[in-house]
Amino acid sequence: MADVQNTSGATTAGSIEVGTTGAGDKLAGPGTGRATVQQPIDARVAVKPSFDVNDFPLPTGREEDWRFTPMHRLGGLHDGTAAAAARAGEGTDKIELALPDGVTAETVGRDDARLGKAGTPVDRVAAQAFSAFAQALVVTVPKETVLTEPVKIDVHGEGGVRFAHVVIEVKPFAEAVVVLNHTGSGTRAANVELLVGDGAKLTFVSVQDWERDAVYTAQQSALVGRDASLKSVVVTFGGDLVRIHPRVRYAGPGGEAELFGLYFADAGQHLEHRLIIDHDTPHCRSNVVYKGALQGQDAHAVWVGDVLIRAAAEGTDTYEHNRNLVLTDGARVDSIPNLEIETGEIVGAGHASATGRFDDEQLFYLQARGIPADEARRLVVRGFFAELVQQIGVAEIQDHLMEKIEAELEAAVG
Amino acid sequence: MATLEIRDLHVSVDAEGGPREILRGVDLTVKQGETHAIMGPNGSGKSTLAYSLAGHPKYTVTSGSVLLDGENVLEMSVDERSRAGVFLAMQYPVEVPGVSVSNFLRTAATAVRGEAPKLRTWVKEVKEAMAALQMDPAFAERNVNEGFSGGEKKRHEILQLELLKPKIAILDETDSGLDVDALRIVSEGINRVRSTGEVGTLLVTHYTRILRYIQPDYVHVFAGGRIVESGGAELADKLENEGYEAYVKGGASE
Repeated sequence: MADVQNTSGATTAGSIEVGTTGAGDKLAGPGTGRATVQQPIDARVAVKPSFDVNDFPLPTGREEDWRFTPMHRLGGLHDGTAAAAARAGEGTDKIELALPDGVTAETVGRDDARLGKAGTPVDRVAAQAFSAFAQALVVTVPKETVLTEPVKIDVHGEGGVRFAHVVIEVKPFAEAVVVLNHTGSGTRAANVELLVGDGAKLTFVSVQDWERDAVYTAQQSALVGRDASLKSVVVTFGGDLVRIHPRVRYAGPGGEAELFGLYFADAGQHLEHRLIIDHDTPHCRSNVVYKGALQGQDAHAVWVGDVLIRAAAEGTDTYEHNRNLVLTDGARVDSIPNLEIETGEIVGAGHASATGRFDDEQLFYLQARGIPADEARRLVVRGFFAELVQQIGVAEIQDHLMEKIEAELEAAVG
Repeated sequence: MATLEIRDLHVSVDAEGGPREILRGVDLTVKQGETHAIMGPNGSGKSTLAYSLAGHPKYTVTSGSVLLDGENVLEMSVDERSRAGVFLAMQYPVEVPGVSVSNFLRTAATAVRGEAPKLRTWVKEVKEAMAALQMDPAFAERNVNEGFSGGEKKRHEILQLELLKPKIAILDETDSGLDVDALRIVSEGINRVRSTGEVGTLLVTHYTRILRYIQPDYVHVFAGGRIVESGGAELADKLENEGYEAYVKGGASE
């Protein structure tokens, strides 16, 4: 009954480098002839999570988790120098909240019981953020409250180093859209926790629209309740180095997680998205679609999608998909889907990764129909993203994102 | 009356060991309302002629001229040529992921016509043109050429021909890879466009089969990078019976 697909298409052209490390041989479990599983995902979920930065060794950049990240551009978030700078004088953020009726926002200390429930830091930078943040923001949507307006959290970095912790709790049977929007500058590390109560629905949109010099890392841990659904939308346009790590666990059966991502890397930007979906609960679903475009010299996108279906997670249905569109020479994509299955009693599991370039033949074809070159390029990129944007289901956000994409293209095509 | 004049056209491609000349002095005049069949063996350069006229960057024009109503086509970019009225139906249409057929057609029509077609009449126009080519309406929502069968790709090319209404239509091996039914449908589409009398057609083909559906006014035999013989429709019959052997052996080809 297990419908396991394992497609991994990669087109390599020009200077595009595509990593699909072992994408074809990551399957483990029944039928694979491998009794013991020694794979990156296991290593990653086996890492002992901790709130204390000192529990993690200093990463060198050679570790599986860090091997794509240019450590020297992390602004010292991993080696304590950023924390020391923050102790000497923390940077500031201008934070604006838009809270629909019934929604509460509190500023709490690290001893608040609601912190750390969705997940514990799994790497040194996330632990550093937890060890060093001054105050946490807790946003609560009360039980059975169905919001008609989104909750908005606008964070505008005003430079310096700052550590953040945000908890978004959607109580049972409530429904909410929460938009966490980042602009401005600075060096930031954050933990974001999403607690989706039983039967609740949360659409969480995290927009990284930082200035070109910003550094931002975030571990986004979600705990999806029984029969609850989470739609996570991660949108990354700006920043020098952005590294987002969404994690999903399920608190009960019937949970559903859709993880959508959209990124646009320009010259010199490093945009990294690595996610883990840990299916340890029966009858849960997950669907991942991340799409990225790259343009310019040394634009670098990294996507690592880890899905683990544990022995207990019978009836799991999961699919993950990453697509990249390389618009110019000089850009680099590393796209690595990993799927590990420890039970055959599942509905379906699959993954796919494809990286292609907008090539001269496409350009010629569109131009041969009268469409000028710059418009042809826009047409292709717009179409590429529109398909995904339409699935967000919040018109205001969809319009804003398409405008941002247009602006990126405008800047590029010039 | 629109006229395409090709004079002593020489075209090279970059190859290992330097440029290689493929077209060696092509002379041809195509007038609105006329249909010219360009026939020749593989490697004779007939597709190079088609792509050079459309401005494919792979080909370098080393000498000669191409004028459309006196305007120098060779100085125009690819999209300018299209907007000036030159249309190339490609042998291997390119996939454009993420762009739907309907979006593509409308964008192209807007570019070629110089203004966005009125939505209501446009939808009707597309629907009718698709129906005439026996294309499923769902086709409009698929991505351009993505996963299309050979026959679907060619119908899609002819659909564009019907909608973009060029002055000069260059059809590069439109018949290749089509079964009899598809060939008939595609040919009927081409004939609808021809019957307006407003297009000059350059039909590039290896086989005489399509000429049973599309009656040419002139047939040109292409070999060794130029036209080696021209005649009426009867020349196609000769080729049907005798093949290209005489032209290849005649030393016109390397």
